[in-house]
Amino acid sequence: MKRFPKRSSIDMSIDFMNQKLPSPIFTASGCAAAGKELDQFIDITSIGAVVTKSVMLQPRSGRATPRMAETPSGMLNGIGLQGPGIDDFIEKDLAWLNQKGAKTIVSIAGNSVEEYGKIAEKLRDISGVIGIEVNISCPNVENRGLVFACDPNSATEVIHSVKRNSSSSVPIFAKLSPDVTDIAHIAKAVVNAGADGLSVINTLLGMVIDTKTLRPKLSGKTGGLSGPAIRPVAVRCVYQIRQALPKVPIIGMGGIRTGNDALEFFAAGANAISVGTMVFNDPEACVRIHDEVCELLNEKSFRSINDVINAAHKEQI
Amino acid sequence: MPIVHQGVVVDNKKIGSYYVITATAADMPKEFKPGNFVAVAIGDERSSLILRRAFSIYQVNDRGVYGGTVDIVVSPHGPGTDYLANLKRNDPINLVGPLGKPFSLPKNPVPCVLVGGGYGAAPLFTLAEALAKRNCRVDFILGASSSEKLFGMLEARRLSTTLTVTTDDGSSGQMGKVTDVLPEVINKSNAAVVYACGPMKMLEAVSKVATLHGIVSQTSVEESMACGIGVCMTCVLPVIGEDGVTRMLRSCVDGPNFRGDKVRWSEVGTVPVDTYGAPKIGDH
Repeated sequence: MKRFPKRSSIDMSIDFMNQKLPSPIFTASGCAAAGKELDQFIDITSIGAVVTKSVMLQPRSGRATPRMAETPSGMLNGIGLQGPGIDDFIEKDLAWLNQKGAKTIVSIAGNSVEEYGKIAEKLRDISGVIGIEVNISCPNVENRGLVFACDPNSATEVIHSVKRNSSSSVPIFAKLSPDVTDIAHIAKAVVNAGADGLSVINTLLGMVIDTKTLRPKLSGKTGGLSGPAIRPVAVRCVYQIRQALPKVPIIGMGGIRTGNDALEFFAAGANAISVGTMVFNDPEACVRIHDEVCELLNEKSFRSINDVINAAHKEQI
Repeated sequence: MPIVHQGVVVDNKKIGSYYVITATAADMPKEFKPGNFVAVAIGDERSSLILRRAFSIYQVNDRGVYGGTVDIVVSPHGPGTDYLANLKRNDPINLVGPLGKPFSLPKNPVPCVLVGGGYGAAPLFTLAEALAKRNCRVDFILGASSSEKLFGMLEARRLSTTLTVTTDDGSSGQMGKVTDVLPEVINKSNAAVVYACGPMKMLEAVSKVATLHGIVSQTSVEESMACGIGVCMTCVLPVIGEDGVTRMLRSCVDGPNFRGDKVRWSEVGTVPVDTYGAPKIGDH
């Protein structure tokens, strides 16, 4: 039995870049594949949007195993962006999502500025795509493998390239890395470059050593840390960016496990949130969290999710 | 369709080195096919261990006193499995299942050899019952490092024409590996299929013996998983497809049961250079 959101008097719908969405709860890229598997557990059209796993220009095998290590209240992953490549993705995954009537935000990743542009071009005029999330936490092969998201110039170039090549009606979200000194600085740079919104945050770079072998546990040595362990970092990043950029739409994410966790992000300034790693623990998490947010708002006598967005920035009454 | 079920522990029995946990499972038994698995949450909704652990389904009961139940076999070897081993009757337990592609069953009543390594034998007993219903002769081989690590001896005897036991230390049955006795069991039973579940090295060796005898093997692999439902991409291994192309397949949804001759055993834990989408030099 698929889980649907419970009926509630709370208005959970949001106006999201000229789209009316039934819920501010999205999946997070890399934690929901392309929606099909999760649709066995929840009705994926009932959530705000499916954010698909980052797709690259070419098919990609990903890294060798081990790709994962469990950590306190979290996990470290180094999948290496395994995926079918953009053509196959459009033909199969996106076609399936469209046929279901899901709202899709396509996450894209590239090895170079040009590659990001090419993928964006392929997604032009494809129906059902309500946004492009640009995963800039990839190493730039043309710049000594430096991660795009950690350098304002590289991040800017990527966003320019995606913006230039994609349809003007599809909003572009830059997904930011918390592994920087001043995330608001990077946020401003990508918004100036044309990003319509921001996804905050990507995983934190981490490492686990296997003490049996005294070597890094992941085949890629380092990996991305996710899960509830990173939540306070994520809330802080959303808050700082909201302070710096009062108007820009933010999708908040990082270790959201419950409705109460989600509420922290909305109050910090997120207009929508993505549920990532916790989907591995609870395949119904997106719908459950939607219901839990409704209950909390009800308890606090709010009528709409919009009543709590940015609340942490308002002066105490 | 798999479901998420918040159940309770009905029983937790220590058998040899293992714990057999019976948990309520609602309608899972109705959907169950031999070779399916469940993904079990560790702790409650506040637990700091957030990744589920995957277990082959050992037994199902679709109309017990508690409604549907499933049995799993746990070998404690880390914080998650230690937690499960310590569960008591009526403790809550959260399951997702049934998951994974089941074993493929032969269309004709051909003899089959079932090889289980340690508690890896768990999914083979419901398989043996399904094979018996198709009038397939079943011969069992159970192996382990030592006698307390053998699992399911009585059932294996009951469900088979012959049972052969091996242990590394000779504490039970013949001293040695399951593959020391497998050729003889295949020859005597005139087997057409070998089913195996156990450690990866054992599966590799069993698969080689089956291929040498010109017969099919079905291996149930054990790769560490984060989700069990196909979304995390951590449990992959290189498998040759029907088109001859090697892909990194997910053991949770594309498996866990693969044809032994299609798995590139010696390259598990790597991405073979001819894999679909494999990195080019300087890439990844």
